[in-house]
Amino acid sequence: MARINLEQLAHSYLANPQNPTDYALQKMDHVWEDGSAYALLGPSGCGKTTLLNIISGLLQPSEGRILFDGKDVTAIPPQERNIAQVFQFPVIYDTMSVYDNLAFPLRNRNLPETEIRPRVEEVAQMLELQDVLRKRAANLGADAKQKISLGRGLVRNDVAAILFDEPLTVIDPHLKLLLRRKLKQIHARFKLTMVYVTHDQLEALTFADQVVVMNEGQVLQIGSPQDLFENPQHRFVGYFIGSPGMNFLPCTVEGNVVNIGDLRIALPQNIGALKGKVELGIRPEFLKLHDQNRPDTHRVTIKEIENLGNCQILRVDLDGHALNVKVQEGQQVPSQEAFLEFPPEWIRIYADGRLIKQMPQDDPDMEP
Amino acid sequence: MNKWENNKAWFMVIPVFLVVAVSAIIPLMTVVNYSLQDIFGPGQRVFVGLEWYQDALTDPRLHAALNRQLLFSTLVLLIEIPLGILIALMMPKKGWGASLSLVLVALPLLIPWNVIGTIWIIFMRPDIGLLGAAVNGMGIPFDHTASPFAAWVTVMLMEVWHWTPLVVLLAYAGLQAIPDAYFQAARIDGASAWGIFRYIQLPKLRGVLTIAVLLRFMDSFLIYAEPFVLTGGGPGNSTTFLSIYLVKLAVGQFDLGPAAAFSIIYFLIVLLFSWLFYQALLKVGTGDKS
Repeated sequence: MARINLEQLAHSYLANPQNPTDYALQKMDHVWEDGSAYALLGPSGCGKTTLLNIISGLLQPSEGRILFDGKDVTAIPPQERNIAQVFQFPVIYDTMSVYDNLAFPLRNRNLPETEIRPRVEEVAQMLELQDVLRKRAANLGADAKQKISLGRGLVRNDVAAILFDEPLTVIDPHLKLLLRRKLKQIHARFKLTMVYVTHDQLEALTFADQVVVMNEGQVLQIGSPQDLFENPQHRFVGYFIGSPGMNFLPCTVEGNVVNIGDLRIALPQNIGALKGKVELGIRPEFLKLHDQNRPDTHRVTIKEIENLGNCQILRVDLDGHALNVKVQEGQQVPSQEAFLEFPPEWIRIYADGRLIKQMPQDDPDMEP
Repeated sequence: MNKWENNKAWFMVIPVFLVVAVSAIIPLMTVVNYSLQDIFGPGQRVFVGLEWYQDALTDPRLHAALNRQLLFSTLVLLIEIPLGILIALMMPKKGWGASLSLVLVALPLLIPWNVIGTIWIIFMRPDIGLLGAAVNGMGIPFDHTASPFAAWVTVMLMEVWHWTPLVVLLAYAGLQAIPDAYFQAARIDGASAWGIFRYIQLPKLRGVLTIAVLLRFMDSFLIYAEPFVLTGGGPGNSTTFLSIYLVKLAVGQFDLGPAAAFSIIYFLIVLLFSWLFYQALLKVGTGDKS
């Protein structure tokens, strides 16, 4: 168990990085609290795996330090860091039985067989591998193999954290659910620090207490799934989380009034002068569609209706701006023209991609 | 109509049949035909049944050649396979060093076989050869034309120099195909370098090593050109391997019947051993532990 601190951490794969684009990981300070489950979420190539490999020690960061419980481990190799890592493709030792696979990390640390046996059997029990312990690992399915790689981490009683690098990529969809539930059980039982890398938001949101959203080597927001959904701190978070993502409309703001072309929307709160590119963001779920014009609605043209079974996604046109609107299954949708309401409490204003504080109920330290 | 359409497929494969027949089946059947007759000259032949087979199987010189051949192939496998893996493990994985070492390693494979024999004759000459003169200069008498031991050492050296690169290339390709995650997982599991080799690299090399063993066994069992050029089978009969003996019999003495029977036996031996190796290597490390 450990609390993991990243101090002024940055990494570049180039020998001599000159400007920020040379860095795979931009300078960051971050704390992974002991016993929490984190998901590292971001598109492919955003630096998630780089960050994970730096924590496990497979990669030496070009700048900064990593502390485990206050102890500097930056220069310590992975086998001495008490870290377990589960990779995208299941890694098993082909020629060994499941039992030998699970015992391997302990044997490498010269534990006596009498201590190894109970630990291996306990882990096998927990991962439901007890029936195949004597089988060769190579002959098992991808889900069992992935459990073995996880088991090789759990079997060590000194493990500080378990890192997952997109571990469910090669698992069949119906087994994904079971395995994800298993991970949650293990987390609840051992209270290990877990970091789970994924580009699948559903996986991230169901697994983690705290989701870390990354893009282009930067951490953009850390928060609970609800936080990420309701108050995206960055345009990218709004766009990346949610299906479909947040709608953005270029706008100007005067006092508490937002102007989108000729449209005016009043906000409950005054907003100061804004610099840069100002945009209004609102999630498709929070937009309301009416078939009658009201003072607070705006006329839109319906372009396309996509029925997902449990909801409908409409693509509408508002004065030349395309928007997604999510409405309940069964709600009658006018075929041509409708009227859209922007509930002011769900409107977020972004300047140069960053959220502008406006809501009175907002946390004071959310200011960018 | 249906029948015609079904039969059309046979016309499509006729060219292949012809090529296989002309290149393999007809020559092979000719050899079988020869092996059952005593041939004195064109049109003069007598059917002798299995007499040549009996002769061949009881021929002490053939037994001696077969034993030599088995010893040679065993040594080849014992030296070339581990050495090939070792060199492949030491080669750089990427960058210009990888390309350079690949080219250097592959060089012996690009030289015609008879030229290799000539190179080694010169290389090992006691008077002017680089290695031969050096060894003799150290006071160790070494002449592959005079001493059977020196002849064997020279033939083995030449064979290892010539063909270990093939094993290296196969093993290197096999090693490159192992995903990085295996090595990363092994580092986290605290595996030693030996553990990584024993439990990751060697098992992952099984497929290419099966091919390497088969190729090296068959090739070394059929070796002809290099020892023929280097020693001509001598001194005495000390490096007369099966193929050299066979050629002496067929071309040197023009005993086509016995040589043909011998060829068939030779062919069956190679087939048998290759099958045994293949079966054994398929089974290595696949059984469940009970």
